[in-house]
Amino acid sequence: MKEETVIKVEGLTKVFGDFTAVNKISFHVRKGEIFGFLGANGAGKTTAMKMLIGISSPSSGSANVAGFDVYTQTEDIKKSIGYMSQKFALYDDLTVKENIRFFGGIYGLSKNRISQKSNLLIEELGLEKVAHSLVGSLPLGWKQKIAFSVSLLHDPKIVFLDEPTGGVDPITRRQFWEMIYKAANNGTTIFVTTHYMDEAEYCDRVSIMVDGNIEALDTPKNLKTHFGSDSMNDVFLKLARS
Amino acid sequence: MKRFIGFVQKEFYHIFRDRRSLFILFGMPVAQIMLFGFAITNEINNVDIAILDRSQDASTKEIISKISSSEYFSILQHIKEEAEIEEVFKKGRVKAVLYFEKEFSKKLIKQHTAKVQIVTDATDPNVANTISNYINSILSHYQEEQNRAITQDYQIIPQSRMVYNAELKSVYMFVPGVMTVILMLVSAMMTSISITREKELGTMEILLVSPLNPVQVIIGKVFPYIFLSIINAAAIVILSIFVFHVPVKGSLFLLGLESVLFIVTSLALGILISTISATQQTAMMISLMGLMLPVILLSGFIFPISSMPVPLQVISNIVPAKWFIIIVKGIMLKGVGIHIVWKETLVLLGMTLLFIGLSVRKYKIRLE
Amino acid sequence: MSIHIDHISKSYGKVNALDDISIQVDPGELFGLIGPDGAGKTTLFRILTTLLLPDHGSASVAGYDIIADFKAIRKQVGYMPGRFSLYQDLTVEENLRFFATIFGTTIAENYDLIRDIYVQIEPFKNRRAGKLSGGMKQKLALSCALIHKPKVLFLDEPTTGVDPVSRKEFWEMLKRLQAKGITILVSTPYMDEAALCDRIALIQDGRILEIDTPKAIVEHYPKPIFDVGAHNTYLLIEKLNAYVHKHSVFPFGEYIHYTDQRDGFDPLELRAYLKNEGLQNIHIERTKATIEDTFMELAKQ
Repeated sequence: MKEETVIKVEGLTKVFGDFTAVNKISFHVRKGEIFGFLGANGAGKTTAMKMLIGISSPSSGSANVAGFDVYTQTEDIKKSIGYMSQKFALYDDLTVKENIRFFGGIYGLSKNRISQKSNLLIEELGLEKVAHSLVGSLPLGWKQKIAFSVSLLHDPKIVFLDEPTGGVDPITRRQFWEMIYKAANNGTTIFVTTHYMDEAEYCDRVSIMVDGNIEALDTPKNLKTHFGSDSMNDVFLKLARS
Repeated sequence: MKRFIGFVQKEFYHIFRDRRSLFILFGMPVAQIMLFGFAITNEINNVDIAILDRSQDASTKEIISKISSSEYFSILQHIKEEAEIEEVFKKGRVKAVLYFEKEFSKKLIKQHTAKVQIVTDATDPNVANTISNYINSILSHYQEEQNRAITQDYQIIPQSRMVYNAELKSVYMFVPGVMTVILMLVSAMMTSISITREKELGTMEILLVSPLNPVQVIIGKVFPYIFLSIINAAAIVILSIFVFHVPVKGSLFLLGLESVLFIVTSLALGILISTISATQQTAMMISLMGLMLPVILLSGFIFPISSMPVPLQVISNIVPAKWFIIIVKGIMLKGVGIHIVWKETLVLLGMTLLFIGLSVRKYKIRLE
Repeated sequence: MSIHIDHISKSYGKVNALDDISIQVDPGELFGLIGPDGAGKTTLFRILTTLLLPDHGSASVAGYDIIADFKAIRKQVGYMPGRFSLYQDLTVEENLRFFATIFGTTIAENYDLIRDIYVQIEPFKNRRAGKLSGGMKQKLALSCALIHKPKVLFLDEPTTGVDPVSRKEFWEMLKRLQAKGITILVSTPYMDEAALCDRIALIQDGRILEIDTPKAIVEHYPKPIFDVGAHNTYLLIEKLNAYVHKHSVFPFGEYIHYTDQRDGFDPLELRAYLKNEGLQNIHIERTKATIEDTFMELAKQ
């Protein structure tokens, strides 16, 4: 079976002044894969992610996301990906439905399609009672689940999740991951960063960045065998401290 | 005391490291005074006026020739009847009509008073005011010349509404206004923003959970701005004197004291604003909408209070800037002392105490 | 230098942020408040640091009442709020010096206490706080909270958003501070950090689920837990959730934690069911409960 590659990164580099934030990183991500992108604070994760989603231009190297070049086709990239971060996900002062309508509109969905999708989403998440409540009044875990669904509204090929579960309670966190599994099972590629090392284990493959370089990239199982560790947390500590 | 100095030092670091606020602090006063001094001037040139001279005697002729020889006015036509006044205005070119009463010279010599009416086209009130100012000034010049020769003073009574700025310079009027705006802006807006910034950052939490009491925190935050505002006030006065040659007729010392009082008023307002706003953005909006607009519109800075509708005139009384402008104009332009402006000073003082009292009552030693 | 919390309640409008909370923290203890965002941890911290007044109940810190003696408490405690509250436009050293000054002390006077932590950021002492990484901000904020030698230390989510390496180092620092006799109350949303505390309180939606040592809390878990794995995790979760006898199904790292409703559960039966449903490489093994298992079990009720 030939697997389709949706993210292709070769020697991608970003330099700020005399500081190299991302140093010639290379990796491929396959369609439908859950790809964990880990690293300590300041290791260059966010910078790398910004280049991949087309909001920051690389200093050198090449990268292709969903079939589009990160130098010249950033607008096409933005149309084919979904993005959700812990810091900003939804507008607190709009209702659930208004948020869905707004984000659907941004991605150019037709009115019918938006209302169809929003009904489906509300039903799937069991949000009938709060569809007209302000998002700000909902618990964090709910918000993050809605935000994830919203990022899938336009059927993107790849979804980028930047620490999506920070501070969320453990039960909701798992429900969130079940949603991720489901999306991946439907062929959506998931590119996710997290500080929860147990979540790293849920990924198909994990890359670990240290000081701008990718120091390890494999399945969680292989990484644990390779480093002689019993958990991803231990792998991470061994790598980052060396 | 060491704590206080440490605190003030930190505030200065904040101020000097934030280029934006530094620009507002020191760029604004210079920019504003230059703007008002040079660009937005109300000075007039070659304005067309008409003359209605019922006397046609030596005095009126001399006055008319003085007016027509000035660079400000050119006499477009002479009219004969009062009824014609409206007509010439309707045509639009004439901006003012000078109306000398009958037997002008005779009255001036015998009764020592004579009347002249200055009728201005009030469709542009600013220009109208300026015109009547200029004419007034020419009249008073003439009067002074005449009076030098004789013992009993002549008095020409011009019947118009504008009173001061006899020196013919619009910048004279703007200096007190600009000074008021700047002091208000720097003191109230900057302090309210700097206090709310600590709330937003979360550092206010740490300051509260420290042995510093709230009064120390507030005074520590306010102190640098008192200092900077005084520098600002001095800069404006110096600029006015040396660039625009605005005289300070009254006591500089009194002007300084009054300025410090107004700075404290504004700071107290700033603190009050910070107690009711949670974010820098709110503080800025309240300062701009709630303070700047009244200062510009209702203080007599740009629009004379006397020509406002009565309700606005009443409201203008609660604008602290109004009182400060009266005081500054009095001291700078008229050269009056505290015996004249004591009432206004008391009003400002009262307001200041009220604001401080309110802030202390509203200031929370806890969150929420 | 203990903390007594006695039936504290606090609500914002209709939301009960804290609902009848009672906790007793012993002198010199490292006590953890474990719970997700919105559990009420920050509200409790603000009440204990005298920043908020409770609606009901009372509390004391180091023997001082949080309402009547709030000034005394403010002199005794160190407080590190959520979001490392530092002055972003001041340098590392200026921040530290400022906090030393307002507490009426100097860096030199209490340098011993912070040396361990501060040496790690000292090379950057002329850098503005806003330009530091999350881990370094965290260390600076802790140094600032310690600079006046507090007897009780309140740390509100000090490790949130910080990478695992910095988190580990941070907990090692807390252990050393505890050894110096400082009572520490720390909150965290990371369940794995709970094991590092002497005792913990599990908290959700303003209610305490349980208070005990981490070890005892894990031992209280009522059911045997099994690690379940298979070739396709998504399918496995789906099938386990569809299993009639399941009690709980939670992904846990590499495996799924499964508990059964029945007392005499036979793993072979489950294996047969999963095989029948088309799963391969099935792995079922008895495992120990974690704090997170307990938390979820308690939160479900």
